[in-house]
Amino acid sequence: MKKWIAFWNILVKDMKNYYLKPPNISWGIIFPFAWTLMFLLRSKSDVDIRDILPGIIAISILFGTTSMLAVTITFERKGRSFERLLLAPIDLNLLMMAKTAGAIIFGIMNAFVPIVFSLFFINLSGVNWISVIVSVVLISVTSTFLGLFIAVSVNEVFEAQTFSNFFRFPMIFLCGLFIPLSQMPVFIRPLSFVLPLTYGVDILKAAINNDGYISMWISFIALILFGLFMFLFSIRNVKRKWIM
Amino acid sequence: MNILEVKELKKSFGNFTAVKGIDFAVKKGEIFGFLGPNGAGKTTTINMLTGLARPDEGTIFLSGIDCVKDIKKAQHKIGIVPDESNLYDEMNGFDNLAFCASLYGIEKKKREKKSKELMEIFGLADTGKKPFKAYSKGMKRKLTIAAGIIHEPEILFLDEPTTGIDVESARQIRKLISTMNENGTTIFMTTHYIEEAERLCNRIGFIVQGKIVRTGTVEEMMQEVQTDNIIQFTVDKDLKSIQEKLTIDFPKFVIETVDNFTLRIGSSEKVSLMPFMQFFNSHQYTIHEAKIIKPSLEEVFVKVTGIEIDKMKKEKEGGKRK
Repeated sequence: MKKWIAFWNILVKDMKNYYLKPPNISWGIIFPFAWTLMFLLRSKSDVDIRDILPGIIAISILFGTTSMLAVTITFERKGRSFERLLLAPIDLNLLMMAKTAGAIIFGIMNAFVPIVFSLFFINLSGVNWISVIVSVVLISVTSTFLGLFIAVSVNEVFEAQTFSNFFRFPMIFLCGLFIPLSQMPVFIRPLSFVLPLTYGVDILKAAINNDGYISMWISFIALILFGLFMFLFSIRNVKRKWIM
Repeated sequence: MNILEVKELKKSFGNFTAVKGIDFAVKKGEIFGFLGPNGAGKTTTINMLTGLARPDEGTIFLSGIDCVKDIKKAQHKIGIVPDESNLYDEMNGFDNLAFCASLYGIEKKKREKKSKELMEIFGLADTGKKPFKAYSKGMKRKLTIAAGIIHEPEILFLDEPTTGIDVESARQIRKLISTMNENGTTIFMTTHYIEEAERLCNRIGFIVQGKIVRTGTVEEMMQEVQTDNIIQFTVDKDLKSIQEKLTIDFPKFVIETVDNFTLRIGSSEKVSLMPFMQFFNSHQYTIHEAKIIKPSLEEVFVKVTGIEIDKMKKEKEGGKRK
């Protein structure tokens, strides 16, 4: 019971201090808008919002979670307030889960902004909502853990931003968002399959447009394994680098 | 009864050995000063004791808990105040304390009550709603100490508690440290202000180049360097005219002038005041002050470590500015 008091308060503190600050809320709203607008401007013909919705959901989560978590943890480490958490009698796994929970919730909230907006313009009947919700949660978890992996690998806030982009931009182009996996050159395709976002986007495509390339179950399992691997790898790095 | 027992503790970083197999114990209820120059291994030792670093070898027992094996269990009993305030800038003082209490599993009602109490005890009640970043250095330090004791730890680790803060705040913090100790908290502190350690600590440990070179009570250490009994007189007139007469009248004593109006009389035996008072009186000198000169902890430190205090302070303050 006592450890959950700590868990809950770390989560609430992070939500208040970082994720629910006005600049971040406006980022969560403006970002999906900007992406939608970009897709609409890019296309000379009418773009079906339903076609681009899976991509916008995935990118909103990816951008919302990775940099936010990486920056907040790096920021707290610089100010040494993260030390306070490491010195508290909380199991390291639980502590890191508490630190990532805020980013996961923020990612899920970001995902539902484009969904809510699209409801004003299109009919979303026929969408497999259960798969959408599960995939949104799993993309948020894996993207957040990617942010954790980045946070553990850098020392400065600006490095966290740079390193985040190092992962994010290749992922956007290789996850099947711009070029469907089926049309991607064969020699690049293996690269797509080592990126967690590929599986997340594919589930969303299947759930929203019935247009998946990989079996949904394989994608779910792949996302869980990616998440697990990144979390455990990050915990190992925290023990090795921060508790010397 | 020992609350903390450290044996053969070692820690290396690559080829550099920061702590070279140290042994010491801290008694329950005492203030233990851990002194040494920069780079001596103080912070590495504290990090190992509190769980921020893993020892390569050795054992740490805190209230019977094996800290090397189960540091999380021991952390319930430990309070830590690092050398730099590390609370959350955006949160106000009260919320910072309540948050720190929550990390130890303290329930909402209790942690709010405790936070309020501590804000009052530490003289910060009026600033409870101010964000931490708006606090002065002294206030930040006080709140950080309050955060370190909010869960009522058995032992409090204080790293340089008064470094970089104004004189009045430092005085208040020293008073708070004494009060906390009187209320039963064992305190393990590092400081580079030797006079602070002398005033506050019951026992001292000197660490130099990763090795503990001396531990003992302040009195024990001072007795070791005290070879002579010395009395210092300050008088109203220039001492030059009677200096020679003094050495003739008191041949068994070593007489040294400090300045034109002050002299020190030393002897391996006890020095009686009366003959000197009579001497000064007979020569129409008025004594303004007569005091026994005791060796300071600073002298002990210099003797034991071979390090000049001023150099150590400069190094520390230079390090802080960086």
